[in-house]
Amino acid sequence: MDTVILLMCTGLGLGALYFLVASGLSLIFGLMDVLNFAHGALLSVGAYAAWWAAAEGGTGFLAAVAFGTGVGTLASVLLELVLIRPLYSRPRDQILATVGVGLAVPALLMGVWGADARPFPQPSALSGTVHVLGAVVPVNRFVLMGAAVLVLVALRLFLSRTRYGLIVRAGVEDRAMVTALGIDVRRAFTLVFAIGGAAAALGGALAGLYFGSVNPGQGTGLLIFAFVVVVMGGMGSVTGAATASAGVGLVQQFANYYTAAGLGDLSVVVLLAVLLLVRPGGLTGRLA
Amino acid sequence: MTLLGRWWPAALLVVLVLVPFSAVPVPGLLDGPLGSPGTLQLLGLCLLYGALATGYDLLLGRTGLLSFGHALYFAAGLYVTDLAMLEWRLPFAAAALVGVGCTLLLAVLLGAVGLRVSGIGFSMVTLAFAQAGAILVSRDPGGLTGGEEGRAVPADLLPDGLVGIQNTATLYWIALAYLVLTLGVVHWTVSSPLGRVWAGIRENERRVEVLGLRPYGFKLVAFVVAGGLAGAGGVVYLLLTGGATPQAASSDATLALLVMVVLGGSGSRWGPLLGGVLYTWADHRLGDLANSETVAGLPAVLRVPLSQPLFLLGALFVAVVYLLPGGLAGLPARIRAGRRAAGTGSRAVPGRTAGSAAAPAGSGPASGAAPGATEAPGAREGSAV
Repeated sequence: MDTVILLMCTGLGLGALYFLVASGLSLIFGLMDVLNFAHGALLSVGAYAAWWAAAEGGTGFLAAVAFGTGVGTLASVLLELVLIRPLYSRPRDQILATVGVGLAVPALLMGVWGADARPFPQPSALSGTVHVLGAVVPVNRFVLMGAAVLVLVALRLFLSRTRYGLIVRAGVEDRAMVTALGIDVRRAFTLVFAIGGAAAALGGALAGLYFGSVNPGQGTGLLIFAFVVVVMGGMGSVTGAATASAGVGLVQQFANYYTAAGLGDLSVVVLLAVLLLVRPGGLTGRLA
Repeated sequence: MTLLGRWWPAALLVVLVLVPFSAVPVPGLLDGPLGSPGTLQLLGLCLLYGALATGYDLLLGRTGLLSFGHALYFAAGLYVTDLAMLEWRLPFAAAALVGVGCTLLLAVLLGAVGLRVSGIGFSMVTLAFAQAGAILVSRDPGGLTGGEEGRAVPADLLPDGLVGIQNTATLYWIALAYLVLTLGVVHWTVSSPLGRVWAGIRENERRVEVLGLRPYGFKLVAFVVAGGLAGAGGVVYLLLTGGATPQAASSDATLALLVMVVLGGSGSRWGPLLGGVLYTWADHRLGDLANSETVAGLPAVLRVPLSQPLFLLGALFVAVVYLLPGGLAGLPARIRAGRRAAGTGSRAVPGRTAGSAAAPAGSGPASGAAPGATEAPGAREGSAV
């Protein structure tokens, strides 16, 4: 029983990490039709910035996470303004440009800080364990889950209650129509990139907590599962992404524990194939 | 046009066939003289990747399918052939047949599932399948794939003419033959009625449906043909490098193919080949550059980026996407269009830039003319046969 609880908590923690990456991907894709291959790089930037602030700058954990998120957001906005915006008329080239950034940024991080993983300083308040129904669960799992729930609630509120959320939702539904109504969708693009980058960078900083270290390839490794989550959840849907990330995280952990290691990663892909055969539109089919 | 303009591919082929007999040194570009084994192996790899990129362009440039999992089929051909020799003790020819056959089967199965979603969904699904393949290979199930180390090919099962450094020329010719095969298959399919439907799907899938054709089957054929070609490429790679390593299955391998195709010019006949050759050559030479003394002596601001080949390639890729939308193959047409625009005087320019207000004034005429110019060779290709 306690193994099951531990696996559930770990799976949900991993799922929370996937959600932080996938929510931004899903929104960016839904609104702009850009598959952002640089999203993993944004996560790595956030992770390294948080690590740098904590280990080199000597700031506290919260300040480090805030710093990492800020740097990631800035990088994301910069990416949108400098690289994506000039290519609005060439959708495929936007994807290709992000592929280039996704290759170059981790390589640059590797060049500056080396290929080896750097240990992430763990704050004492978050490095302990708690007892849940007889299971001993590391606290950082709950930190991740809390962050993901917070981001999910904030995103839902933003999408359903604010004017820009309305524009984003309308843009996901039919971008041409929104433009025809005289609304400058491009500002919403930058905004969505900022939100997505912030979530990914937060995910990166918290991934340092979860894995105990940061390395240049971390973002790319997580990105592929985030893609799976986005497809499963239905592209453009934040709630779908949340459901799918919890499912993917749980399946992965349970399969990795009860069968051979590595089979969990495979079973996620099999799950994706089955889901596509049954419901080609993803879990939710459509937005919100 | 002229005799040379029409027959240069044949002339180039003759030159490429004769390369192993030459001992001309190419200082700066290559390490040794042309005929030396090291150079021949690098040239063979260049030709192999040129062919792989050409096959991949069947999906990307000809049918408009952005697959992120092409490395899976390359790795399948590579590993299945290797394992058929190692585990079943099959002779090389039979193992190669098994390898290509299994790759085709895999492409049919995964293509049938992946093509149920279209557009970007397809890209993500292919990426996920390829990732599953990469995980499977690196986890070393039952000691079959050898994990990170990979597995060397058993030399005793290879024909004598393919083993040893003195036979590098033969391997080079095999790579060249594979390139010719790929170019032939791609050219033949693209100029067949099938290829016209592919071009239609690339331009507007909905209209193909309206014409009463189901794009699904046509896309699946393109996927399987490209997969089979990649599998055959895996067999050639096995011979050239003497083993199967997990890097072949990684998602970076697919991204490299993508970079090659875009660098050379997707959808053109020679572009992907050019891109593949240049990328492979640059990849090897940039590695040398990264370890060279000139770079080590530079200040950190320059040294760090220059010592990372992937950073240079990524940056180069972004630059090509920006500045050369048609790739290197589209360059002559762009220059010609630029000259024409300059020649006709300033009358036409304001009209065009006014039409596309969003585009920067300088790039307006060039980018407006480029698609038309790159389309023209394609149209000739179709009507020539």
